[in-house]
Amino acid sequence: MRRFTLTPYLVWMVLFTVVPMLLVLYYAFSVPTAGGTTWSLENFSRFFEPIYLRVFLRSLSLAVISTAICLLLGYPAAMIMAGSAFKRKNVVMLLFVVPMWMNFLLRTYAWLTILERSGFINSVLAFLNLPRLNILYTDKAVILGMVYNFLPFMVLPIYSVLSKIDKGVVEAAGDLGANPLQVFIKVILPLSMPGVVSGITMVFMPAMTTFVISRLLGGGQFTLIGNLIEQQFLVVGDWGFGSAISVVMIVVILLSMAVMSFFEGPERDVALW
Amino acid sequence: MVSEIIVQLKGVSKYYDDTPALTDVDLYIRKNEFVTLLGPSGCGKTTMLRLIGGFEKPDSGTITFKGEDISNVPSHKRRVNTVFQRYALFSHLNVFENIAFGLRIKKMKEPVIQEKVAHMLKLVNLEGYEKRDVNSLSGGQQQRVAIARALVNEPEVLLLDEPLAALDLKLRKEMQHELKNMQRQLGITFLYVTHDQEEALSMSDTVVVMKEGEIQQIGTPEKIYNEPINAFVADFIGESNIVDGIMRQDYLVEFAGNTFDCADAGFDQDEPVDVVIRPEDLTLMPPDRAKIRGQVRSVNFLGVHWEMIVDGSDGTSWLVHSTLMEPVGTTIGLGLEPMDIHIMKKVRA
Amino acid sequence: MVRHLKRSYIYLIFAFLYMPIAVLMVYSFNDARSRGMWGGFTLRWYVELFQDRTIMHSLYATLIIGASSAVLATIIGTMAAIGIHNSKGPAKKVIMNVTYLPVLNPEIVTAISLMLLFVFTRVRFGYLTLLLSHISFNVPYVILSVLPKLRQLNKHLYEAALDLGCTPLQALWKVIIPEIMPGIVTGLLLAFTLSIDDFVISFFTTGSGVSTLSITVYSMARRGINPKINALSTIMFTFVLALLIVVNVRQAREERKERNGKRAPKKDSPYDPKFGSA
Repeated sequence: MRRFTLTPYLVWMVLFTVVPMLLVLYYAFSVPTAGGTTWSLENFSRFFEPIYLRVFLRSLSLAVISTAICLLLGYPAAMIMAGSAFKRKNVVMLLFVVPMWMNFLLRTYAWLTILERSGFINSVLAFLNLPRLNILYTDKAVILGMVYNFLPFMVLPIYSVLSKIDKGVVEAAGDLGANPLQVFIKVILPLSMPGVVSGITMVFMPAMTTFVISRLLGGGQFTLIGNLIEQQFLVVGDWGFGSAISVVMIVVILLSMAVMSFFEGPERDVALW
Repeated sequence: MVSEIIVQLKGVSKYYDDTPALTDVDLYIRKNEFVTLLGPSGCGKTTMLRLIGGFEKPDSGTITFKGEDISNVPSHKRRVNTVFQRYALFSHLNVFENIAFGLRIKKMKEPVIQEKVAHMLKLVNLEGYEKRDVNSLSGGQQQRVAIARALVNEPEVLLLDEPLAALDLKLRKEMQHELKNMQRQLGITFLYVTHDQEEALSMSDTVVVMKEGEIQQIGTPEKIYNEPINAFVADFIGESNIVDGIMRQDYLVEFAGNTFDCADAGFDQDEPVDVVIRPEDLTLMPPDRAKIRGQVRSVNFLGVHWEMIVDGSDGTSWLVHSTLMEPVGTTIGLGLEPMDIHIMKKVRA
Repeated sequence: MVRHLKRSYIYLIFAFLYMPIAVLMVYSFNDARSRGMWGGFTLRWYVELFQDRTIMHSLYATLIIGASSAVLATIIGTMAAIGIHNSKGPAKKVIMNVTYLPVLNPEIVTAISLMLLFVFTRVRFGYLTLLLSHISFNVPYVILSVLPKLRQLNKHLYEAALDLGCTPLQALWKVIIPEIMPGIVTGLLLAFTLSIDDFVISFFTTGSGVSTLSITVYSMARRGINPKINALSTIMFTFVLALLIVVNVRQAREERKERNGKRAPKKDSPYDPKFGSA
């Protein structure tokens, strides 16, 4: 019976997960020559040229900044929603999740309408006789778009860990003499680390590799690593270099996950649902 | 020896969304006493514990600690500590750090902490477990850590919320014994919550029986068992036969179609009462000499004694515990002494 | 006081989350091409939206691909989950890790790897490649929704079915599948929404002439604001909102019924937040 249920998937998995990944590796580690292809690290050495390195660092810094903002905004939000400030917690969580059900592109597109020169914010500012705000097609707009799109990925895992913390543990800390601040620092924060870790991973990963947000809100000339990969495949046609950048991305993400899992502590099973 | 009162509740009530959890409760606890709050779930015993621990605030009434009103003092400023029902250990800290938690909050010096924690680990028989992850411990070991974590702070009152409920029977017996010993050794007041009447009877100096947010009876285990104040207490503490009776006059009660001499007086003439008889107080005897006759409906061997259900000739069924046995279907007689007939006022008219 | 502060903070976050959507919705009724001004109420953009053949075609393609990939991924994924659940040892570990790969990989990497596969195997880019790609990234999510349900299952259920005379296939069909149905349905819905929401993978694996809604929106948005998109967003948001309300009301009613019937409480949360794409 196992053979009957598992085999179709194994074939599928090899065909559509393993083989494509091997192809990426193949293209990344080879260059075309007159007679065919040969193994080479040339694609990787190109990545370390200053222009590309700058793109990489820029992607990294934007991803780090928006992850940090998501954490600073999201942790208190998750904590409040997991606490007793609202009677109907389910409704609050539902309201929080609803915007995520909108198509991702439409959500990002919405900010165009809000941020553009004659858009919503500037109309309001003009009405109040305040100077215009021109952040569209800048770093700030890209960060805003990332925070807007990825904030729920930070809040949900933290919320789910916080709401599972046994109330008795918090009471026990108080019982043992800890004041509310000490309870937070010594008990709640460390216990919520698994949620924080998975939140950070879930925000950092897409932020690092997005090419849509940067293309729409950062304008045409705005290049992040995701845009670089896209260009190699769809515009330049240099699949070898595009694959090499992809491999670097995977390595960066595996590294960051390894670093994060180091902080994760004993409890590991944190799923989004 | 009567020692000073350490905790006192006066007219305390607590409501959860308009449903009363405690109504107008008065209780005092003396120093070094082992007091148990006993009752079925939902009787308000845990609420009372949480009020004293400072996790809830009373809606009315006052709670005093050594004469000082602490009704609105938050839990971290109270000199009581709690052993929680499901232990509530800090899963991100190891055994040592769990126990040291309260001491570190008090900013004690490291050598002092080391010494106190070591002492506690010895007391609860967990030497060598300092570095262990609390999640890797067995239920009994986690329980010991929870007790050590509370006791290391040298509280004047230790609150225990069904601390043994999650343990298996054998371990529970062992821990009951150990807890009682610790309490004697350390001379700390214990306030213990349980729904297990056997546990309450075997450990406590004083038992407080509760029902639906009200105290039913306060007394020593012997007194609660032998002189339950009403049918509820009688029924809850051990198994009982509770039958309807009528008090014909002082020391004479009628039930099961017969009149019996009894040890109670002070009721109105012909007042309807509850008659409570413990199953072990009913003795088997030849039917022709007995006031109660019946047919054995079922027999169960329970190890030390036999449990029989006897259908009385008047329709009452009797639960009988006896070291003797009669086979099913036999007609037998049941005898009882006047001292073993407990007369109670009807709780409901 | 503190409670009010806490609530206000959440309301601010909600304002941040809902403002863009609200602005889009209001502007979808605005009869002025310049967004700064209110030119009066109109349904013009809705009329134009429904007359726009590109948008209508891509809506159609999105729904077709979404439904068919969700169904196929659910079949493959459910069978796979049952197989994985019944295997042991290092083989299981390897399969699980490879299964996680598309979930953990950046979407763009999955996208280009599939694109390379189709180029390499010379499959014509179009509906077929789109469908295959969507099934591929949906299967892991179905597996991850079904596996927990299998783990909760009583181990002896399958044996009991055999004991009562079922063939292995009957036991699977009559006992196991109904028991894990909630997980399968969750997986199916998740797959459908993920497929509809996807942009990146579709973008790299579609061919000329076939375009999903996301791709159409992208190419329109690159050329700037278009009020037709506002109208489209309004319709989609209203639709999703209505669907969520219906699902939640139903679930709440069922839970109440279950609670009254003293049955074991359902552990599933009433909503499954979906993964987004970037």
